[in-house]
Amino acid sequence: MHFLKDRGFVHAHSSEITPAAAYAGRRDMLKLLATGAAGATLAAWAGRDALAQVARPDKLAAMPGARSAVAGAVTMEKTTPYVDVVGYNNFYEFGTDKSDPAQNAHTLKTRPWTVSVEGAVKKPKVFDLDELLKLAPMEERIYRLRCVEGWSMVIPWVGYSLSELIKRVEPTGNAKYVEFVTLADPKTMPFVGSRVLEWPYVEGLRLDEAMHPLALLSFGLYGEVLPNQNGAPVRMVLPWKYGFKSGKSIVKIRFVEKEPSTAWNKAAKNEYGFYSNVNPSVDHPRWSQATERRIGEDGLFAKKRPTLMFNGYEAQVGQLYAGMDLKKNY
Amino acid sequence: MNPTTVLAPRTAPASTRRAKPLLLRPTAKPVLFVLCLLPLAWLVYGAIANTLGANPAEALIRSTGDWTLRFLCVTLGVTPLRQIGKLPALARFRRMLGLFTFFYGCMHFLCYGWLDMGFVWGDIVRDIAKRPFILVGSSALLLMSPLALTSFNRAIKALGAPRWQLLHRLVYGVVLLGLLHFFWMRSAKHNYAEVAVYAAIVAVLLGWRLWARFGPRRAARSA
Repeated sequence: MHFLKDRGFVHAHSSEITPAAAYAGRRDMLKLLATGAAGATLAAWAGRDALAQVARPDKLAAMPGARSAVAGAVTMEKTTPYVDVVGYNNFYEFGTDKSDPAQNAHTLKTRPWTVSVEGAVKKPKVFDLDELLKLAPMEERIYRLRCVEGWSMVIPWVGYSLSELIKRVEPTGNAKYVEFVTLADPKTMPFVGSRVLEWPYVEGLRLDEAMHPLALLSFGLYGEVLPNQNGAPVRMVLPWKYGFKSGKSIVKIRFVEKEPSTAWNKAAKNEYGFYSNVNPSVDHPRWSQATERRIGEDGLFAKKRPTLMFNGYEAQVGQLYAGMDLKKNY
Repeated sequence: MNPTTVLAPRTAPASTRRAKPLLLRPTAKPVLFVLCLLPLAWLVYGAIANTLGANPAEALIRSTGDWTLRFLCVTLGVTPLRQIGKLPALARFRRMLGLFTFFYGCMHFLCYGWLDMGFVWGDIVRDIAKRPFILVGSSALLLMSPLALTSFNRAIKALGAPRWQLLHRLVYGVVLLGLLHFFWMRSAKHNYAEVAVYAAIVAVLLGWRLWARFGPRRAARSA
């Protein structure tokens, strides 16, 4: 007998697959057409692509953003359920357990709020939150988030490229790095006194990293303002780096000449480098970084999924690190 | 005569006399058995009903580890409690508690091997070699297995009580390795509050033994 030779299944690239929201939307429209109710809603449906694709959970004030045109800014992957995004957080100012921030962060006062942009810039300025909100058009960006602990999420953020802000303050030739200082208020943040880390939590980037269009200054998620436990009212999101590089509740952005001394680097130099780019081939000294568990999606007994170089953003950010030894500059 | 002075010394032994029959009842062991299974039942229910939070795998691995340490503390608490409370009947429960410690330790390893490593044995071996805290935890479990395997009466007879007792002193090594395993795991977050609680309990349990053996009252008791 003659058998066909099995050539194996050629897997589609994840970005080629129609997102669930899109095909569900098509089904919705077919239903509408079938019931004859299409006329009035057709225009709205057609215009929906211009705005966010995710549904609002209706918990907080709306913060709409237009779908981002930045390359790589909108992954087609399934977004992590809102309950997990706002219930499973690392925000040590409110406790080290993942459920602590959601429980404790209600004390955070996000208004009035200012962000002081200072250091090696021609136009230093203390921005009021309202000014920042109007500084550039809000975009919705669906980013993968990879935590250094080995789990990941897909989150629809709202914000704009940090470069928009940087351009306005005009860094001088001395500005080589950007330092992000976050709020450390022992009155509203119960664990700021703890000895887990040095407070305030400080993070940093090289200026060219900070200028990369994917480096997002975020004000919202899931079409609403940021919940306190996710870093309200303004935070960084750097999708190609481990999550802890993205400072929450930022109060100061400083342009400096020397590499900033960052919180986790100070706590454990050999475990958390300044760059901390997602890299499956450079393990954390105490665990492998080759795989990850997608929160809310991978079943209890599912095999963990492979972690991608630069968290899958290699095409966009790879050139920032050309020629660098990433095993040394972890 | 003041009646209270007469009654007071009598009530104290009466209370222990009343406690003894309860512990000696034939239903005591099955009741304890069911109690010991409650944490497992709760975790299995949580896994099925999806109430273990955003990361159920992590929750299962951590809870089974927590329960191993808790059962270890309870097991090590039997002898001090028996002697201080003058409750010799407590000794009947030590073996079951010890075996449940081993059982939860095995569940802990099973959850790690299955949920974290997907039962890829090559990966597990490499992971154990690579991560000192997992090596320490695995050693503790390995050290516990001869104790579980020699827990039945005939093993005690075959080994002879002194040798059996010597072998079962391994439990002190197990608890210290278990603590180190927990401490190392928590060092990721520099969060030692819970570790300190367990360390304090273990310090009391082991300290009592040292004190009972070498303390000032030893001479008086043996005399």
